[in-house]
Amino acid sequence: MRRATGDEPATVLYDVPGPRARRRNLLWTLLFLLALGAVVWWVTAGLAAKDQLTADKWKPFFTDARVWETYLLPALRNTVVAAALAMVLALPLGALLGIARLSDHRLPRAAAGAVVEFFRAIPVLILMLFANAAYAEFTAVGPETRPLYAVVTGLVLYNASVLAEVVRAGILALPAGQTDAAKAIGMRKGQTMAYVLLPQSVTAMLPALVSQLVVIVKDTALGGAMLGFAELLASVRPMSANYGANTIACFTVVAVLFVLLNLALTTLASRLERRLRRGRRSTGAVVGADAVEDLAAPGPDAPPGRD
Amino acid sequence: MFDFLEGYDLLGAFWVTVQLTFWSALGSLLWGTLLAAMRVGPVPLMRGFASAYVGIVRNIPLTVIIVFTSLGLFQTLGISLGADRFTTINFRLAVLGLTAYTSAFVCEALRSGINTVPLGQVEAARALGLSFPQTLRLIVLPQAFRSVVGPLANVLIALTKNTTVAAAIGVAEAALLMREMIENEAQLILISAIFAFGFLCLTLPTGLLLGRLARKAAVKR
Repeated sequence: MRRATGDEPATVLYDVPGPRARRRNLLWTLLFLLALGAVVWWVTAGLAAKDQLTADKWKPFFTDARVWETYLLPALRNTVVAAALAMVLALPLGALLGIARLSDHRLPRAAAGAVVEFFRAIPVLILMLFANAAYAEFTAVGPETRPLYAVVTGLVLYNASVLAEVVRAGILALPAGQTDAAKAIGMRKGQTMAYVLLPQSVTAMLPALVSQLVVIVKDTALGGAMLGFAELLASVRPMSANYGANTIACFTVVAVLFVLLNLALTTLASRLERRLRRGRRSTGAVVGADAVEDLAAPGPDAPPGRD
Repeated sequence: MFDFLEGYDLLGAFWVTVQLTFWSALGSLLWGTLLAAMRVGPVPLMRGFASAYVGIVRNIPLTVIIVFTSLGLFQTLGISLGADRFTTINFRLAVLGLTAYTSAFVCEALRSGINTVPLGQVEAARALGLSFPQTLRLIVLPQAFRSVVGPLANVLIALTKNTTVAAAIGVAEAALLMREMIENEAQLILISAIFAFGFLCLTLPTGLLLGRLARKAAVKR
């Protein structure tokens, strides 16, 4: 096998195609096009049969500013606000838990470990339902703001424990020489953490943080479906009721908004990651954007973040 | 103390959760493997399709997909997946949504497993005179499979937790029962603890068992 060059992806699975392989690829391409065309035709035919493709079902999104002003933009704002609040609150909590898990003393280590494992093992929806009922029963939070509180609380509990693992991976990814050097100049443990390890690990885990933000944004939709939180998904019902039962169009627009928002975040994460991996002045420690999926699952010690 | 449990089918609800997990895991393993095959295969169009699918589906909330299967597919387009009772229809729609969503993650897990095999391994195999099928069978795939166990286990755990989203379209699984019980009984803390414990029982053993297996199987590099 030659090393793939140019636009060919570097892969160990197949050779650079020769004439016969190229013919075979062409055949596959044609077959695949046929199959894809059949599916597209079937979907459009189905949509057209149910009157979902008529222009007046889609036009409001392009010509009528009120759809955006009344439904989509306020909903998008709620989604973003909930996600941002959850991130801002979960980060310090997660850092605290992550650092406690690295403690030299058994008690904080075990306590933080138990908390992290517990909240990673439970669905966010369960946490949100609990938070919602708890706010209703034990606090004076009014019914208008309660969904937001419940969504943010559920997200914070879950994501703090995931971020704890991200922070831990970020600190573990730093070269041991950093701790050694801090000790050599006489720093205490707390000083080492506060002035040497934590600041560097923050840079290392930026990609993972941004890509966890995608998870948070997606989970806000749970609040819309189950708690009556007025975010993007929840805007589908009133919107389609007001614009002639254009359910498919509404879902498409909402999905596109989610995809655009999240793609922007994903792109930012991978750009950050590439920059960090290229950077010469950093320690070279990176907690990649893909790491969060592994760190989000409960189980035996998460793999160290260096990859 | 546990009087309030009477009249609720707790085990039945968790059994639905397990069933949702099982069928969606099966479905997404199949579709995800197919996607991964397209994603790493030599045909550019299929590669493009698979990566577009993964890129789009991964960025849409699962809740949107699940609610769409009910509001969009069933109520608007009349697709009922061959079932006539509401509970069966919703169950199948939920499995469809979970499968469509999870297979994107299965695809990525498989792909990352294949990518962990260093190019040098193949070059060494070539240097030994192995043919391409031999290289694939003896060198590449054994290593790829072994490094895929861990990521796939994580996908399975995430799927188990994600089945709760099916509550949004009225599938009678654990989260829906929890909401119902919270509304009707004045035992918030106990009820939540019971459901939390139920999910701990489902996810933690999977994580521990498969995590250990993954570590045993992983290729040390």
